[in-house]
Amino acid sequence: MQLVLEKRAERSNTIALVSPLIAIGLTIVTMTILFAILGKNPLLALHAYFIAPLTDSYSLQEIAVKATPLVMIAIGLSLCYLANAWNIGAEGQFLIGAVAGSWIAVKTQGTDAGPWVLPAMLVLAAAGGALYALIPAICKVKFGASEILTSLMLVYVADLFLDYLVRGPWRDPHGFNFPTTAEFDPVATVPLLIEGGRLHLGSIIALLVVAAAAILLGRTIKGFEIRVVGAAPRAARFGGFNSNQLVILTFAVSGALAGIAGIIEVAGPVGHLQPGISPGYGFTAIIVAFLGRLNPLGILIAGLFLALTFIGGEQAQIAMKIPLDVTKVFQGILLFYVLACDSLILYRFKLVLPNRQVARGTH
Amino acid sequence: MQAHQRMLDPTPNGLHSGESPLLQTLGLTKRYGDFLANDSIDIDIWPKQIHALLGENGAGKSTLVKAIYGLIQPSAGEIRWQGQPIMLSGPSEARSRGIGMVFQHFSLFDNLTVAENVALGLDGKESFKDMSARLEQVSKTYGLPLDPKREVWQLSVGERQRIEIVRALMQDPKFLILDEPTAVLTPQEADQLFIVLERLKAEGRAILYISHKLEEVKRLCDTATILRGGKKVDTCNPRLETAASLARMMVGGEIKEVKAAAGRKTTVPRLVVNDLSLAPGEAHGVRLEHISFELKGGEILGIAGVAGNGQDELFAALSGERLSKDPGTVVIEGIAAGHLSITQRRKLGAAFVPEERLGHGTAPRMKLSENALLTGHAASGMVHHGFIDTAATLKTVDRATETFDVRKAKRDPEAASLSGGNLQKFIVGREILRNPAVLVVSQPTWGVDAGAAAVIRQALLDLATAGAAVLVTSQDLDELAEIADRIAVMFHGHLSAPLATADATREKLGLLMGGSSLEPKEAAHAVGA
Ligand SMILES: Nc1ncnc2c1ncn2[C@@H]1O[C@H](COP(=O)(O)OP(=O)(O)OP(=O)(O)O)[C@@H](O)[C@H]1O
Ligand SMILES: [Mg+2]
Repeated sequence: MQLVLEKRAERSNTIALVSPLIAIGLTIVTMTILFAILGKNPLLALHAYFIAPLTDSYSLQEIAVKATPLVMIAIGLSLCYLANAWNIGAEGQFLIGAVAGSWIAVKTQGTDAGPWVLPAMLVLAAAGGALYALIPAICKVKFGASEILTSLMLVYVADLFLDYLVRGPWRDPHGFNFPTTAEFDPVATVPLLIEGGRLHLGSIIALLVVAAAAILLGRTIKGFEIRVVGAAPRAARFGGFNSNQLVILTFAVSGALAGIAGIIEVAGPVGHLQPGISPGYGFTAIIVAFLGRLNPLGILIAGLFLALTFIGGEQAQIAMKIPLDVTKVFQGILLFYVLACDSLILYRFKLVLPNRQVARGTH
Repeated sequence: MQAHQRMLDPTPNGLHSGESPLLQTLGLTKRYGDFLANDSIDIDIWPKQIHALLGENGAGKSTLVKAIYGLIQPSAGEIRWQGQPIMLSGPSEARSRGIGMVFQHFSLFDNLTVAENVALGLDGKESFKDMSARLEQVSKTYGLPLDPKREVWQLSVGERQRIEIVRALMQDPKFLILDEPTAVLTPQEADQLFIVLERLKAEGRAILYISHKLEEVKRLCDTATILRGGKKVDTCNPRLETAASLARMMVGGEIKEVKAAAGRKTTVPRLVVNDLSLAPGEAHGVRLEHISFELKGGEILGIAGVAGNGQDELFAALSGERLSKDPGTVVIEGIAAGHLSITQRRKLGAAFVPEERLGHGTAPRMKLSENALLTGHAASGMVHHGFIDTAATLKTVDRATETFDVRKAKRDPEAASLSGGNLQKFIVGREILRNPAVLVVSQPTWGVDAGAAAVIRQALLDLATAGAAVLVTSQDLDELAEIADRIAVMFHGHLSAPLATADATREKLGLLMGGSSLEPKEAAHAVGA
């Protein structure tokens, strides 16, 4: 007996819709087993992960705060992926955006610079992220270098560059030698939406980005171009669309969005530049993009869901001493299942029984 | 009921071996939403028979054979194999029972050898060496010469089809289905195929044969089942029918004659090609060598030739999918356009219909309205300030549907869900409705039924009458004779000087297609040889 994957004659639209849900279900089953192996009560652990964070306002706000960078980055990544451009380096673009925006914050520190500072930081962060993303894009278009590798490798460059800045030139002189800049001035800080709460303006920006992406993909010729280049490259060329230009464009846009997400994180929840500003947002956003079916609304929902796992992971660590890294395991398993379930849209499982095979040979 | 069926089956001489048909469908139905692609079809397949399946584009022929081959699940009805009801869960099960199928679109890997391609398509677990030996044996037995070590890209369309047939035969099928096998073959290749089919029949196998070429059906087939609008409307002996009477049964009415309007006038040159040479863009392409011609408004120029002699490369150079360094090599409407993109050429008034419908002419998984936008975005008022005017794209779909009688399950389906011929009608319609000044079209009626082919050819003639310049590449010499004013032949990247259609005899074209020239000296030499 043999289990084989067989191509479906028709694409299954039902599976296309429910595949993320199947993936989440399978992930939860796998996690249950994992918790049991770790010697934790699976039911309590799952409760801590998925239910507890939804029960108090602080956690709810925190979910929105964590979802903000995830959604913003994932929207940019979805544009790349739709166009068949594989940007894996959003984490690096996020960090470079944070650095570029922080430059103004650091330079205007303690001066009486006006309210232009924050908008200027956002613009610079976008530019920084975009330029950084253009490196792999241009290498791909000009030299045929794999954008998957180059964009990924640039993450580590960005990480070390940030490290150098906060340990060297930008270190807070009154910071007891901690590798961090001084706390940003109020004009260089993302305003809160609720006084004394956690929710900040960045979440509104993320919602605007979602809306803009929905309009771009659904209503504009540029969005059509992105979809058709990815879905049918030869037909796209026949339509007059240039896939190289699109690689450049989608990388630039996704770099810019990651950069903005970076500076919002630094100038918002964190308040200063330091290493470790991202718990891997740029990588988790890849999962968000696929779990959300590369669809803006789907990404918004998927972003909130993955933010929940971050918060849930923290609660499970506090309440049950489950290591924080289990969250990463969870996210990895989830991506695995999402991609695996997606193949069921075009393929199906089939059991081949040996007795069905007839004797062959020409007579 | 069954006895009644049997009575209607006009099998010559009542030659049925065995008591029951080899394969039988009873009330086979396939529904797509509200649309009935197959509506309660009964068909009996007997051994030792070539059974034709006829019908207009979209009549449901491919749907029926896909259900028999296990590729799609019927919504209702029954399939009986040697009298026993069966449920096929997929093609591998159909193959293991003895049902083989050769698709119109080949599934071969260009960079693999013949033997490797065959190995990939077989379910068995025999060693590669045994398989290669068996491949050679089968291909020798049936007179289908194939070199197992050649890579597929080096092979002609006919040879590629041979791989598919040999692959099917290696499973020793009792029943072989061929979906439009001759649509892409030259007449000589088709003749070779018929010999093989006759032989398979003599061996006692059953064959189900789909074709739009009624003359060859008359020549080859013992029985014909005719579908119309998803229903079986008739069963007959094609040998006792004429092509016209078969066509009438398919359409349920008369087919219009293609008429060239009298007094078509040629005007100014609209498409001029000057000494165009172009290195191939792909590893296995053909180099274009010093191609020149001039095409005036009101004129149709036909390009004949065996596929793979540079027709694809010429199409790419004319459309702007490939650019040439010298702008003057391609002149559209008096403007040097060799360096212009396909979008800019469209803005100059040119329109293009490539040979391959799915993946080149359309994005298969996108809706028809989006595929209208694919070529219409530049110059058809479908985009305002970067925003898509969905109403305008849908209007194009509706107009093409109406003008060219595109049959589909709903208003705006995915391109891939259309039957082959209906998609072709949509693509041609989409371009003609833009009122182009220059239309470059490849294989306009591949896989299109007789009625629809007439509609498309008439549309090309009407377009020329309205003043457009039309360039038609086709392997079908009858088609070129019917609509072209002049015919040129493509061979090894060279284009012959065009002949007036009246002078372009089959002999002359045949010589040119084989690479000979028509110079008197050479011709004499050819006769002497
Ligand atoms: N997946 C699908 N979804 C919706 N409609 C479909 C699908 N597949 C086929 N159809 C419809 O079923 C009808 C029959 O299609 P089919 O491919 O069987 O036609 P056909 O007789 O083979 O025509 P042709 O000669 O053009 O190949 C068509 O109108 C087509 O639009
Ligand atoms: Mg068909």
